[in-house]
Amino acid sequence: MKQLMTGNEAMARGVYESGVKLGSAYPGTPSTEVFENLVQYKDSLYCEWAPNEKVATEVAYGASIAGVRSVCAMKHVGLNVAADPIFTATYQGVGRGFVIITADDPDMHSSQNEQDNRYYARFAKMALIEPSDSQECKDFLKEAYSVSEKFDIPVLFRVTTRVCHSKSIVELGEREEVTTPEYQRNVRKFVCTPANAKLNHPILEQKLKDLAIYANQSPLNKVEMKGSKIGVITASIAYQYAKEVFPEDTSFLKLGFTYPMPMDLIRDFAGKVEKLYVVEELEPFMEEQIKAAGIECTGKEVIPNVCELNPEVIAKGVFGICPEITKVEAQVVPRPPALCPGCPHRGFFYTLSKGRDFVITGDIGCYTLGSAPPLSAMDSVVCMGGGFSVGMGLAKVFEITKQTAKKVFGVVGDSTFFHSGMTGAAEIIYNRGKMIPCILDNSITGMTGHQDNPGSGANLMGEPAPLIRIEKVLEAYGYEKIIIVDPQDLAAMEKAVQDALASEVPAAIIARRPCLLIKKIKHDIGKCLVNPEQCRGCKKCLKVGCPAMCVKDGKATIDQTLCVGCKVCAQVCPFGAIERGEQ
Amino acid sequence: MDTVKSILLVGVGGQGTILVSKILTQGLIQAGYDVKMSEIHGMAQRGGSVSTQVRYGDKVYSPIIGRGAADILVAFEKMEAVRYAEFLKPSGIAVINDYAIAPMPVAAGMAVYPEGSIEAMAKAFKTIFFNAAEIAQKIGNPKTMNIVLFGAMVKAFDMSGIDWEPVFRTQLPEKLLEVNLKAFRAGMEV
Repeated sequence: MKQLMTGNEAMARGVYESGVKLGSAYPGTPSTEVFENLVQYKDSLYCEWAPNEKVATEVAYGASIAGVRSVCAMKHVGLNVAADPIFTATYQGVGRGFVIITADDPDMHSSQNEQDNRYYARFAKMALIEPSDSQECKDFLKEAYSVSEKFDIPVLFRVTTRVCHSKSIVELGEREEVTTPEYQRNVRKFVCTPANAKLNHPILEQKLKDLAIYANQSPLNKVEMKGSKIGVITASIAYQYAKEVFPEDTSFLKLGFTYPMPMDLIRDFAGKVEKLYVVEELEPFMEEQIKAAGIECTGKEVIPNVCELNPEVIAKGVFGICPEITKVEAQVVPRPPALCPGCPHRGFFYTLSKGRDFVITGDIGCYTLGSAPPLSAMDSVVCMGGGFSVGMGLAKVFEITKQTAKKVFGVVGDSTFFHSGMTGAAEIIYNRGKMIPCILDNSITGMTGHQDNPGSGANLMGEPAPLIRIEKVLEAYGYEKIIIVDPQDLAAMEKAVQDALASEVPAAIIARRPCLLIKKIKHDIGKCLVNPEQCRGCKKCLKVGCPAMCVKDGKATIDQTLCVGCKVCAQVCPFGAIERGEQ
Repeated sequence: MDTVKSILLVGVGGQGTILVSKILTQGLIQAGYDVKMSEIHGMAQRGGSVSTQVRYGDKVYSPIIGRGAADILVAFEKMEAVRYAEFLKPSGIAVINDYAIAPMPVAAGMAVYPEGSIEAMAKAFKTIFFNAAEIAQKIGNPKTMNIVLFGAMVKAFDMSGIDWEPVFRTQLPEKLLEVNLKAFRAGMEV
């Protein structure tokens, strides 16, 4: 059967068809939909959202040790979190096939950097496979499991945003059932004492040599020999772009198995063409190795290593061809993403922003948007969990140097709290941090599109799950004043901030209100209206940064298709000009 | 590669570009084309500017295009047409919804919504524009604005050889089918 599928849907299918029995992941764009689709096969396999990528990787690796094929998936920066177990798992090898899906985000469509995770394969010493369309996403996974088992090594399956989120036609296959052997303890292989690690390292080096031989014959690497004038070595989505740009008589070496590199195949191909190009997105991962092997080629001299490629970028770099662009004589205003109308984070950031001079260390999630004008309520965003610990660094310096009396508020979301905020919360207590940790608990993992987490009361399999109360965790850590507040109630929110600032004992704020987009909750939806007689056009309501608000002809107006009646604007209006009408 | 056609759908997160691209790609597949589609998820969907690309032909490699390469640009919001205009070929067609959504800098009073988007587009390209929101409102469901635009695109790009109605049946729940078919036919008549 043929279907149009995204790469993420196709990877879920590939995991299913490969006979995988356990999958664990943490959501992150562009990887999230792999597991959102994997759950449709829950009659054949177990899958879960883990609290973070390190846990997901360890769970999946444990499953491999137990003798089943397993998978974990994450966005590129998630692999930084998961790096610890991976660097040792490669030394030890696998039980049954173990695949790590990393979804990189060239161009940073929804990310804080555009790191090239192919280097992790080389750094941690594991096999690397890169599909270039949805059919390959599915088919290459089957080969990934076979490679993992044959060479006793984890496989890094690297995709990018355009592979994950592009749709192309896929021919489906059947699931291969893989038997599970009886579990046997193997201390020599799986206990990483120095004595065992010393034995494992040379074994791993031999595996990489064997894989280099396999790479030259791998069905994932194919030569498309046309002319002898130009040859292109390429992989992943860059192959699709290059096919559209280079002349018809160009020969291609299209690589799907990219580490260890098939250097004999490359040398042979290079010998058959007059001019050799290496076309790859982001870093010169292949090019450096090809050049180090003494093979002449052109790569990053003409192909940029920043942002994503497309046919235009390659045509310009290689052939100097620029497209004909028609100029349109009209202005454009930027349209950055914003907190949705009715977003519970709005009241929190509004309260911290108004006429104050707080230092606010933020984190990764919808609430990063609290940094945007007019709220502009954020000093830093670094990585998940950083909201607390980066804030601790600032607060300590303010305390030691007395350079400022500014108060630090550290902000994380509920999913981020369980991901890596808990360690920061412990740090603040343990090292007597003079700052106020705040958890914006909207009961869901929001930005990635609503995945459950340990605080949401449900799991990926669609079952009710134990709900871990954030306040109980904080209490156990030693926070003596835990203020739970509805951020949409601005008076209560203001009081929470004042109480936390005045507290003599360690205090934390939990701003709790579910995300308005959660479908299974019945929300109190209405519409706010401006009474033009009472509106004096002071524009104070615009300070809440709601997409539904604007001022027309000197009076505030509210877009009735966007408004959900949260009343934050009404609480801000000094003239009582905004009221909520009946639904 | 001239046999490959490229369509760019642009708008604001939440306007329903994804449903249109689903119907479009399904119809093209059933008509026997090779099809690729690319969209962006994540942060941009929170009220930001969004774009979806659909490419079809005998054999399609790249799911995305560079500038100056789209055959048709369908803008669900008029300023977005200008934002993405550089992606349109000089011979390309623009289908524009004469409908404005204020971006955050405008809503926050820090910028003014620009005048003359449609006029400028019409000067540069063959342009079809109309208020799809009004038509959708008349039909009885303002949310079908996206399907009205889709109908206009099918007519403007002469894709009426494809039998679209059965595709609607596979992509929409029963209760929304009739109103969307109405919207589609209304768009075809623009």
